[in-house]
Amino acid sequence: MNTLRTYRFTFWRAVFGALLLAGAYATYLRFMYGLGAVTNLNDQFPWGIWIGFDILCGVGLAAGGFTLVATVHIFNIEKYKPVLRPAVLTAFLGYLLVIFALMFDLGRPDRIWHPLIMWNPRSVMFEVGWCVTLYTTVLFLEFTPAVFEKLRWHAPLRWFRMISVPLMIAGVILSTLHQSSLGSLFLLVPHKLDKLWYSSFLPLFFFISAIAVGMAMTIFESWHSSKAFGRQLEGPLLASLASVLAVVQSTYVAMRLADLQHRHAWSLLAESRIETWLFLLELGLITLPLALLFQARVRKNPRALYWAALMVIFGFITNRLNISVTGIERASGVSYVPKWTEVAVTLAIIGIGFGLFRLAAKHLPIFEEPDVHGEKVTPAKLRALRVA
Amino acid sequence: MAFAILFDSTKCVGCRSCESACAEKWKNPYDDKIAAEERLSAHKLTTVVTKGDKFTRKLCMHCLEPACVSACPVGALQKTAAGPVIYEAEKCMGCRYCMTACAYGAPTYEWNARAPKVRKCNMCIERQTAGKPTACTEACPNEATVCGEREAMIALAKKRLAETPDAYYQKIYGLDEAGGTSVLMLSSVPFEQIGLPANLPKEGLPDFTWRALELIPNIVSVGTVLLGGVYWITHRRQEVVKAEGRLS
Ligand code: SF4
Ligand code: SF4
Repeated sequence: MNTLRTYRFTFWRAVFGALLLAGAYATYLRFMYGLGAVTNLNDQFPWGIWIGFDILCGVGLAAGGFTLVATVHIFNIEKYKPVLRPAVLTAFLGYLLVIFALMFDLGRPDRIWHPLIMWNPRSVMFEVGWCVTLYTTVLFLEFTPAVFEKLRWHAPLRWFRMISVPLMIAGVILSTLHQSSLGSLFLLVPHKLDKLWYSSFLPLFFFISAIAVGMAMTIFESWHSSKAFGRQLEGPLLASLASVLAVVQSTYVAMRLADLQHRHAWSLLAESRIETWLFLLELGLITLPLALLFQARVRKNPRALYWAALMVIFGFITNRLNISVTGIERASGVSYVPKWTEVAVTLAIIGIGFGLFRLAAKHLPIFEEPDVHGEKVTPAKLRALRVA
Repeated sequence: MAFAILFDSTKCVGCRSCESACAEKWKNPYDDKIAAEERLSAHKLTTVVTKGDKFTRKLCMHCLEPACVSACPVGALQKTAAGPVIYEAEKCMGCRYCMTACAYGAPTYEWNARAPKVRKCNMCIERQTAGKPTACTEACPNEATVCGEREAMIALAKKRLAETPDAYYQKIYGLDEAGGTSVLMLSSVPFEQIGLPANLPKEGLPDFTWRALELIPNIVSVGTVLLGGVYWITHRRQEVVKAEGRLS
């Protein structure tokens, strides 16, 4: 058992190390020789997986932060409190990574601050830029109390409590705006985005699917943290989170289907095109978890729940990539397959995300620790207790 | 007072004089190899495209309601009152949303530069404001490309359509495609056959995003009031419960 664990641990370390190395080499090439050298992008196809995955998915996957802040603090549903910290932490890390990833994709990363002083309020990109900047600041402020607690600095904590309500409200609004605006980006291309996906409701779809995937990510993280540190959310809490997820996700699916109906887009599925198959894959991935989530038995089984959450996450990723890559390819007249360096950077960033979350979950009071005999239980102690 | 270009593909003989004049003006390299490329790129801001036995040109259409201008987060792209859509490289951060947005694939990128810029035609704004025709117009031996006031160009196009109706597909491209363009085109065949998009709405593309963007003030004000209200109600309830608990 012990050797197996050590073996697995070493294995993941090796994978992590390899990803970082490949990523570092790709980074070197990117900044020495430009975007052309490391991506398969061109004048016909200017946005690839760095936008489609790193940005569109990254921002969405970090949406748990604002939904849970709203649930716990604004709607005052206290039972979700244990989920709050991990969600805010993922969100904060997520946004930092998104900004980091953007430095790769921007032709002039040294000018990332330009939208702050050079305005174009008619641009969706301008709005996204502002909202993401402000929201990352909000997340930073929401997250710092965890650090201060660790350091036992109580004076600033009081100060944080004072500004916390307006901060939370601002955070929720900023998130609503930019989550939906990532969808609005594509409203500008009715001539390019395939009819399977182009809808004037794109902003709404982006918003609702982000809420769903934010919750799915929380379930996903709880599972992984239970594997790594033996700390996780309690069963009933996870189950109730799952039922909320079921409701949100079914609203999302219902709206997507109604929209297809409304736009008479079903007939497009009769054509055997690559778009059709990838669309059906997406539809399957966003619909199937509903069959699982609506069963109480599944909601009570952490493993089954984990798989349902994973499907929601993959359905979400497929949707974003379909909109940013699959749906645009035909109109662009070229076919795009990411270069290895694009994949390497993306994987390295995911790896860094996992690593940072692990570090933070280990050293900061994230998943609230059970208090046994008035003693704080550290993961090590917990393991010792279990063995005993 | 707004400049425009009229390109008449029925008169184009594919001599590529416009290409080389454009390259010369921008100090871009130009040789036989580049001449054969037939697509827009960072070193080729206009190109002649061979379509069977016909020739046509590609360049920025200088839209009346340019998608690129509305897309650019930093306002690096601007529609000037004089007609041309111009680009300020000093502002550009290289997000390439303009390239995604443009229906004509006009903006191109210096993919292999360490400090890359977007490149696109500026309709020789510096020449036109000095009273000179665009470099491509000046170079064209056959009046396939002409330039001048947009109204005058439309009148000229109409005149050509009327004088030799058999030579033309009876339509001027650019009158109302996605809100209209400052580069107008004539052709003997339907325009999609010479590579122009035929699926564009009449309405300018920026309107599509604006309909979402203009909701923002409402989302912010209604959202703040709503969330504030919910917060007050839910926490008030808690306080009441606490207070009652103390009394009993
Ligand atoms: S053709 Fe493209 S680049 Fe030129 S003005 Fe129109 S949207 Fe902008
Ligand atoms: S690439 Fe440059 S010009 Fe184009 S939208 Fe982005 S900042 Fe504006």
